Amino acid sequence: MTNVLEVKNLSLSFRMYDGAFSRRTVRVISNLNVTAREGEVIAVAGSSGSGKSLLAHAILGILPKNASLDGEMAWFGRPLTANLQKRLRGRELALVPQSVTHLDPLIRVGKQISRDKATVARLFDRYHLEAGVARLFPHELSGGMTRRVMISAALAGEPKLVIADEPTPGLSPHLAEHAMKHFREIADSGAAVMLITHDLSLAIRFADRVAVFYAGTTVETAAAADFADTALLRHPYSKALWAAMPQNGFTPTAGAQPYAGDLPEGCLYAPRCGLRSAECAEAPPSRALRGGEVSCFHAS
Amino acid sequence: MLLEARDIVFGYERGKAVLDGVSLSVEAGGRVALVGPSGCGKSTLARILAGYLKPRSGEALIDGSPLPKRGFCPVQLIYQHPEKALNPRWKLGRALAEAWRPDDRFLEAMGVEKAWLDRYPAELSGGELQRFCVTRALGPETRFVIADEISSMLDVITQAQIWEALLDVAEKRGLGLLAVTHDAELARRVCSRTVRLGDG
Amino acid sequence: MRGLNRRAAAAMTAAAAFALIVAIYAGGALLPDTALAADFSQKGLPPSWAHPFGTDFLGRDMLVRTVKGLSLSLTVGAAASTASALIALAVGMAAAMGRRWVDHGVNWLIDLFMSVPHTVLIILISIALSRGATGLMAGIALTHWVSLARVIRGEALQIRSEQYIAASRRFGRSPLWVARNHVLPHMAPQFLVGLVLLFPHAVMHESGLTFLGFGLPPEQPAIGIILSESMRYISSGALWLAFFPGASLVALVLLIDKLGNTARHLLEPKEAQL
Repeated sequence: MTNVLEVKNLSLSFRMYDGAFSRRTVRVISNLNVTAREGEVIAVAGSSGSGKSLLAHAILGILPKNASLDGEMAWFGRPLTANLQKRLRGRELALVPQSVTHLDPLIRVGKQISRDKATVARLFDRYHLEAGVARLFPHELSGGMTRRVMISAALAGEPKLVIADEPTPGLSPHLAEHAMKHFREIADSGAAVMLITHDLSLAIRFADRVAVFYAGTTVETAAAADFADTALLRHPYSKALWAAMPQNGFTPTAGAQPYAGDLPEGCLYAPRCGLRSAECAEAPPSRALRGGEVSCFHAS
Repeated sequence: MLLEARDIVFGYERGKAVLDGVSLSVEAGGRVALVGPSGCGKSTLARILAGYLKPRSGEALIDGSPLPKRGFCPVQLIYQHPEKALNPRWKLGRALAEAWRPDDRFLEAMGVEKAWLDRYPAELSGGELQRFCVTRALGPETRFVIADEISSMLDVITQAQIWEALLDVAEKRGLGLLAVTHDAELARRVCSRTVRLGDG
Repeated sequence: MRGLNRRAAAAMTAAAAFALIVAIYAGGALLPDTALAADFSQKGLPPSWAHPFGTDFLGRDMLVRTVKGLSLSLTVGAAASTASALIALAVGMAAAMGRRWVDHGVNWLIDLFMSVPHTVLIILISIALSRGATGLMAGIALTHWVSLARVIRGEALQIRSEQYIAASRRFGRSPLWVARNHVLPHMAPQFLVGLVLLFPHAVMHESGLTFLGFGLPPEQPAIGIILSESMRYISSGALWLAFFPGASLVALVLLIDKLGNTARHLLEPKEAQL
């Protein structure tokens, strides 16, 4: 399978105001690794507010001005530069945004999807939208229709990579499942799908691989099937997530994720980790293990 | 003690009612899950039971009498989004004192750090804010807690932490609990009985 | 950017504008009235180093007259816009937080005020209250609260619908307590910015009405008086009599407007992370 996008050791910092007039730098993403492959759904799963959406913004090249980026991003093996991002955005590289507010309220939805009527018709047919919907304005759509319109808009440019940023909050389980099936279909038709979500159980059900996101880094990338048993998982945090799921014991691990402005040195999970040792004062590099990837000295 | 919804009818517009003659009860110490498809009026019912909304007909009763209009409400609602339940310009200490004044032991048991009380909501994570909001709703006069999707935006570890603390207090004080959730696994873990809305 | 970031720069701008306005006010208040004594040996002089704004046909220095006039305008403007902003705050809060009929009443009143032209209303109120500074200030104050009241009503209504307000009521807090502790403090930025942005209007109306003869009496050193006097001499080529005072007035108004807009950028949380 071809790697559509490869993100290696990505770090992202912001210059922020601290008090009235002084500034400081806050690191929100550190040494993040993730790969999107053709025909696959990769989920990036982590708690809300931990900077996952910023990953999407970094890939698309739509970060605010006070951000500074470090690390490598490659698009089919070529460096993903700002110029390339600009050329790909909205075409081969598409975002399905979180909310309706990303649609222009004053333009009929058909026009927002594509100027080419045949493309609109084809997409509407695929997503069971009636032809008349193209003449509606965004506020006239129901929740489920809006979701399908936004997916159609993302697919109009025949993307190689679709990034979906938290596509399910506010949807009922039924509609969420529908949305996920759409993403599954997109991947099955050959594109890569990156699903950014806080909902681990949804990620496990619909993705091929899950990148576990913690405090701005990916601690583990595992096949979704690995979440069937804690023994198949690699990183202590993934194991802690597994144990806390209602169906697996509902056992919480103590502690909380550190803040972006207050990250520990070395391994970000070390302060909560039962396996912590002296080596953990260094940031563990990402390494391949049992068909996945893990950033932990102790994983075996 | 008993919290009851009796023949509740509610609709935002004339015509079709969101809730049409819904009845439900939660007893002291009871743990009831409220489930149903989206748009079936789960959250609306939760808000009526906590006295936030007035039904078109029917009543929300506590031990047979209507909810008090003044004073600390014995039925407390906890929302899905804690950041909306807090004034962004108030430090958490003030927001807590607005409801009641728990002692240090209670804060510790709930996992609320004293340092948070000196911070603004925007400075804490969603999980920490939700833990705070749960604590704030558990005043001495609280008899029933209505939890409206309180953990659906949280990661599973934080979810388990918050429910562990909440269930512990509920058990000790014999509080009644109504949990609105779409997560069947969570409902099974947390509640002893399930009420299904919407499909009869 | 090191050292000066945009917020610091905005704060500097606001401070400089504020200092300049205070200086104009103090200048007018501290200059002795003897500086305005007639001196016929100096009458009708065009601008020069000794008299940068020239002199009028009683030989009075136009710079001194202009500063005194602006200072008076500032006093009247400050009083009128403060009174107006306070009315707006009270009316807007009452409409948003009170019972429904209060809101209906306020909306009716707002529509009424919007439908009558400002200037006519100010003239009517000013005449009814026996002209002079008091009548003028009352006229301006009573006509300018409308748009700020709308802003405050809208903002308060929005806050009133927040979940934390509903929660506060369930913790046993009274509606009045909620209005005072949750809603009113939220209004501070709108109120302050609204107040400063009312200021230029008040100053312009003061000068305009005085110019038309409905405002301050002729013995006051007001800009409006200066401008209406100067009209008589314009045909004789003494353009400086109108140009410098008029330009100074416009400059002052723009300065206050700049202060208001800078304050808004600093106070509005949405624009805080520039």
